[in-house]
Amino acid sequence: MKLLIENARLVDPASGRDAPGSLAMAAGRIVELDGFTPEQRLDAQGALLIPGLVDLHARLRAPGSALEGGIDSELRAAVAGGVTTLVCPPDTDPVLDEPGLVDMLRWRCERVGLSQVLPLGALTRGLGGEALAEMGALVAAGCVGLTQGEQATRNTAVLWRALQYAASFGHTVWLRPIDACLGGGVAAAGPLATRLGLAGVPVMAETVALHTLFELMRATGARVHLQRLSSAAGVALLRQAKAEGLPVTADVSVHSLHLTDTDIGHFDPAARLSPPLRQQRDRDALRAALQEGTLDALVSDHAPIDADAKTLPFAEALPGASSIELLLSLALHWGEQSGLTRAQALAPVTTHAARVLGRQASLQPGAPADLVLLDAAARWTVREEALISAGQCTPFAFQRSGLELPGKVLGTWVAGRRVFG
Amino acid sequence: MLSRRHPQLNKNGELIHLLSIEGLPQSVLTHILDTASTFVSVSDRDVKKVPLLRGKSVFNLFFENSTRTRTTFEIAAKRLSADVLNLDIARSSTAKGETLLDTVANLSAMHADMFVVRHSESGAPYLIAQHCAPHVHVVNAGDGRHSHPTQGLLDMYTIRHYKRDFTQLSVAIVGDIVHSRVARSDIHALATLGVPDIRAVGPKTLVPGDLREMGCRVCHDMDEGIADCDVVIMLRLQNERMNGALLPSSGEYFQHYGLTEARLAKAKADCIVMHPGPINRGVEIDSRVADGPHSVILPQVSFGIAVRMAVMAILAGNEA
Repeated sequence: MKLLIENARLVDPASGRDAPGSLAMAAGRIVELDGFTPEQRLDAQGALLIPGLVDLHARLRAPGSALEGGIDSELRAAVAGGVTTLVCPPDTDPVLDEPGLVDMLRWRCERVGLSQVLPLGALTRGLGGEALAEMGALVAAGCVGLTQGEQATRNTAVLWRALQYAASFGHTVWLRPIDACLGGGVAAAGPLATRLGLAGVPVMAETVALHTLFELMRATGARVHLQRLSSAAGVALLRQAKAEGLPVTADVSVHSLHLTDTDIGHFDPAARLSPPLRQQRDRDALRAALQEGTLDALVSDHAPIDADAKTLPFAEALPGASSIELLLSLALHWGEQSGLTRAQALAPVTTHAARVLGRQASLQPGAPADLVLLDAAARWTVREEALISAGQCTPFAFQRSGLELPGKVLGTWVAGRRVFG
Repeated sequence: MLSRRHPQLNKNGELIHLLSIEGLPQSVLTHILDTASTFVSVSDRDVKKVPLLRGKSVFNLFFENSTRTRTTFEIAAKRLSADVLNLDIARSSTAKGETLLDTVANLSAMHADMFVVRHSESGAPYLIAQHCAPHVHVVNAGDGRHSHPTQGLLDMYTIRHYKRDFTQLSVAIVGDIVHSRVARSDIHALATLGVPDIRAVGPKTLVPGDLREMGCRVCHDMDEGIADCDVVIMLRLQNERMNGALLPSSGEYFQHYGLTEARLAKAKADCIVMHPGPINRGVEIDSRVADGPHSVILPQVSFGIAVRMAVMAILAGNEA
């Protein structure tokens, strides 16, 4: 299908461009306007046209739940939120530690035919942290990286060997920096956790893991993507590591970027998240680091958790929230609050996130025709019951956060095919 | 952020659930203590009953075992002429896989008027209060490490009984504060009632520095911690804390923080010694102190019944 989108405002974070224009696509890619003969035209009526969002951490099902569930509803949620590419973790049942399972997941996702799903494979067999998984076969099957998911590696020797092995073949290892023994609490250590009597996760849980990891990276030369940093101290260590030249990238979740532990309020299970929400100074440091590019990407940290697993006492509730439909608006909201241009605000969910994957997300000819058309002026309020995700639980619901968000998706294209709107 | 009304007050600021001392105004605390004083004499009568809760059903929902607390609530409810049902849920429904809220929904359908809830997880009574029928009142009888408001109130009643004025007092709370719902309730209550000097005393493993933000002075030295104080509240050291990463042994704990007569001599001459019970003799407190002239541990238990009667009577009179 040769489609011409006319009368749009093109915002391309790759170039910083924010100007009226038209865009042509053919055979799943963006093509030059010169000499283009469209089969179909679309009048965008001045709406914003941006590259499709790349979400580096979204679950299609609750952690540990069956491999089959969730694909359809969560991918419909993704395209409604403008997410055209998403990376999902391997900690399902069964764990994605064999190429056959990766094939099956990719086949199921392709059959649904909405966003492109890029799985992460297990770094160790069964995520047990003892024996290496078949990294080469997993990557050959389509995994974009290898990870331990939420399972911190207790055995540093195994992590060292895993990084050595991955480095031999240039595989990227995705790790959430969390110390296996210090990370057992349910809320960020601090005055709020102390007051509410909730077991605390100290900042040390992140910094001790980062110190260990950076030391192992120096020894092995492995390339690492750090998932969901949560603390000011963690950001400071990341900045040093990047300055030193270590091959490291990192992301932050929309929850850590916008909320703090006080949003737990009176034990609200929607604010039970992993990593836990930290304090104001941490949020400020994460925002500054995302703005300056020390943090490369903003992720939804989407996890569809059903109501039964959330209407429980705070510590017993499953961590996580549905957020993939909010990622775009939360990026724009952050941009508005921080005084950024729209191109700057969108970079961590498009161009910069794609760069972590070694991919391209832009409006340049040759780039994949993964596109989102949106009404940037529209404001809306989040209602849990209106979410497409099967989880329907979010700390950003208006009655909880009072947040009114900018940006409404009008249409989403994946590889030139309209999948939403 | 939107302001979120405190879940234990109705729109007139009246108490509809008692979930935590935190967030309650001084007037509400004082009202409970004043009401309790009118009930103290009921226990001395030949007929130890008043008809305030006649025809009402009070369900004791103990998801965690506690014979003593449950018994005092049962006595308090019976002295108010309520029908009392004790459900030892730790061993029944939830063991069969029923969820907390299903259990609560089932009991609501049995026309309960009040739930007295003990649970091992911080915040569980909030969940119940948010999901039970609007006419049901919830009393937190201890949730995880978070709160034990009736214990806090009976401690305040005891302090007021012996010391009268809160605004000149120095109060030391000694022991495992990080895991103690009693300590949290006491700290909030003392601060709300105007106590200028609240000290949290214990090793760093049990007394986190974040307590300063709750208005405490943090002391790791016992002699400094109880020097010239008017009230010493000793906390029970749970068995599972005695030999692990938090403390080397109960013997070493007693060496550093055990309340002995010699140590108590550093406090004011008319100091009172309190303990939420049950006491570990020779672990946190020496028998000569526990049974000595400064100890008010047994009066605390008696006052506890009057305070729980007051809480239940006040809740029953307010509507959501």
